[in-house]
Amino acid sequence: MQPIPPVIRLTNLEKVYQTKTIETVALSQVNISIARGEFVSVMGPSGCGKSTLLSLMGLLDEPSSGTIEIDGRPVTSYSDKELAGLRNHKIGFVFQSYHLINDLSVVDNVELPLLYRPGVKGSERRRRALAALDQVGLNARTGHFPAQLSGGQRQRVAIARALAGQPEIILADEPTGNLDSVMGEEIMELLLGLNRDQGTTLVMVTHDEQQARKTQRLIRFFDGRQVA
Amino acid sequence: MLLSYLKIAWKVLLRRKFFTAISLFGISFTLMILLVVYALFDFTVGPHRPELQADRLLYVSRMQLLYREGGQSNNAVGYGFLNQHIRTLKTPEKVSLSEANFNVATAYVGQQILKLDLKRTDGEFWQVLDFDFVAGRPYNPTEVRDAAHLAVINESTARRYFGTAVGVVGRPLEADAVRYQVVGVVRDVPVARANSYAEVWTPVTTGPDDLRKPDLLGKYQAIVLARQAADVPAIQDEVQQLVRHTPLPDPKIFKKINMRAQTLLASYTARFDDNAGADGGVGRFTGLLLGLGLLFMLLPALNLVNINVSRTLERSGEIGVRKAFGATAGRLVGQFLLENIFLTLLGGVLGLGLAAGALALLNGSHFFAYSNYALNGRVFGVALGVVLFFGILSGAYPAYKMSKLQAVKALKGDIAA
Repeated sequence: MQPIPPVIRLTNLEKVYQTKTIETVALSQVNISIARGEFVSVMGPSGCGKSTLLSLMGLLDEPSSGTIEIDGRPVTSYSDKELAGLRNHKIGFVFQSYHLINDLSVVDNVELPLLYRPGVKGSERRRRALAALDQVGLNARTGHFPAQLSGGQRQRVAIARALAGQPEIILADEPTGNLDSVMGEEIMELLLGLNRDQGTTLVMVTHDEQQARKTQRLIRFFDGRQVA
Repeated sequence: MLLSYLKIAWKVLLRRKFFTAISLFGISFTLMILLVVYALFDFTVGPHRPELQADRLLYVSRMQLLYREGGQSNNAVGYGFLNQHIRTLKTPEKVSLSEANFNVATAYVGQQILKLDLKRTDGEFWQVLDFDFVAGRPYNPTEVRDAAHLAVINESTARRYFGTAVGVVGRPLEADAVRYQVVGVVRDVPVARANSYAEVWTPVTTGPDDLRKPDLLGKYQAIVLARQAADVPAIQDEVQQLVRHTPLPDPKIFKKINMRAQTLLASYTARFDDNAGADGGVGRFTGLLLGLGLLFMLLPALNLVNINVSRTLERSGEIGVRKAFGATAGRLVGQFLLENIFLTLLGGVLGLGLAAGALALLNGSHFFAYSNYALNGRVFGVALGVVLFFGILSGAYPAYKMSKLQAVKALKGDIAA
């Protein structure tokens, strides 16, 4: 029997930002494997490359060198269309600043990933979006607009959006960073529940030591390098 | 999907009301001007009464004699020549001869002087053209041959001369001291229809000219009706053959005769261009019109491009999120193009309204006699085409630029909630 490949594998990954005068190494020689169903947190001081790491894992950015494998397949040579398809089917994002579309209602925001999935009809999109909102306890706010919600509620909407497409992986970039501790706790419980009950693989960047300790594995970064 | 895009488009428009107002003003105003120009054009050369079958009609209305020593004479054609050579063409279904321009005749209503635009025609005139008779009938070829003093008048003349448009058939009308009997009343023909327009039409045989004179130049035109639109080139060829075989009046003085069977549009453009080629200057005219139209659209389009680019940058957060959740560059281009087309369609609706208003003003001004400019299906079709062209022209570049934004960078330009 073949061993199950990790959901995400980064090998010798480097990311260098080049301007005319200066070269900034954001990530250097990163080798990380994330197993299916794992909840991994990434910690480190500001500017150490955590968010860059998450962007690369989420196929939002291209590495300068090294390979990224998703489900054992290297994706470095994928086209824009193939990468978009992979993001749509496999990955859900939760951002620190929510990144909801202000002009769309809560339920329309949550439908977004399904909008780019061929063959999902409007009624099905709506059903799945409502189910995702139910899951995060926001089924009473579906017609509201993001500006009418509190920070915690907005982040719940963002999580519902990430869930709507039923991705295998959720990448969360400081999901509690803009929230007070009580709301932060609630969001953290939600993510832990997803991992525990649905087996969703989670990678979370955080500054919060306490929250990081609740995850299964902690990766520490310093100055673009993995130190633990 | 479409609904979701339209919702966003609507919200974006409402968010920056000032920009939206400027954009809409630019689009609708431009469109209004283009539509008014097109409506005038369509009104003049489109298939409207009495030239309902414009695609089957040809006009032989001008002859050009080139002198050996340079220079030329341009004029309408002699009746005798047209009668002998054009009326006997083999390809057409029917040929009608009439005065190329109307004459101004004087009539009296009591003590009041009435100036009437009068055109002398043959009986076939009523057969090749589709006048709308509200009473009576046209005079026929036999009556024309017999020089019967009959007249067909338009409704407005009936009202001005008789005080009513009802029951005037059979009553006498005196113009330039010649007495005619009214046999028919037709709906007003706009002056823009120069080949057929008049207020009073009378048999050509009642005029002062000797119609048997074989002169090449004169004051007449032939209106030729083809059996079908496809026969038009064959008729034009036949006329060219005829011209080639027409002897010059005096080979020592003249070197060439030019005369063509022209379409309705060419019959107009050739009036303004004595050196028009075989197409009667239509190519040059439409090229000029299209060029001016494009130039006219370019400025508001550039303005819209500019506004769109800044709007797009404002929405970089949204673009980043959409990319993160699986939107391809192509899908984003589609979305932004659609939004822009939506905006321009709104402008189009406004523009149509403005154009309708402008045409109503123009009609009300009586600047052109008997004008009844209107928006019809063709004008509407042109409007839709122009709007789509405009929408794509002004939306393509911003959409392309936006779709090329990298997801990470787009997300960092954070403006979303």
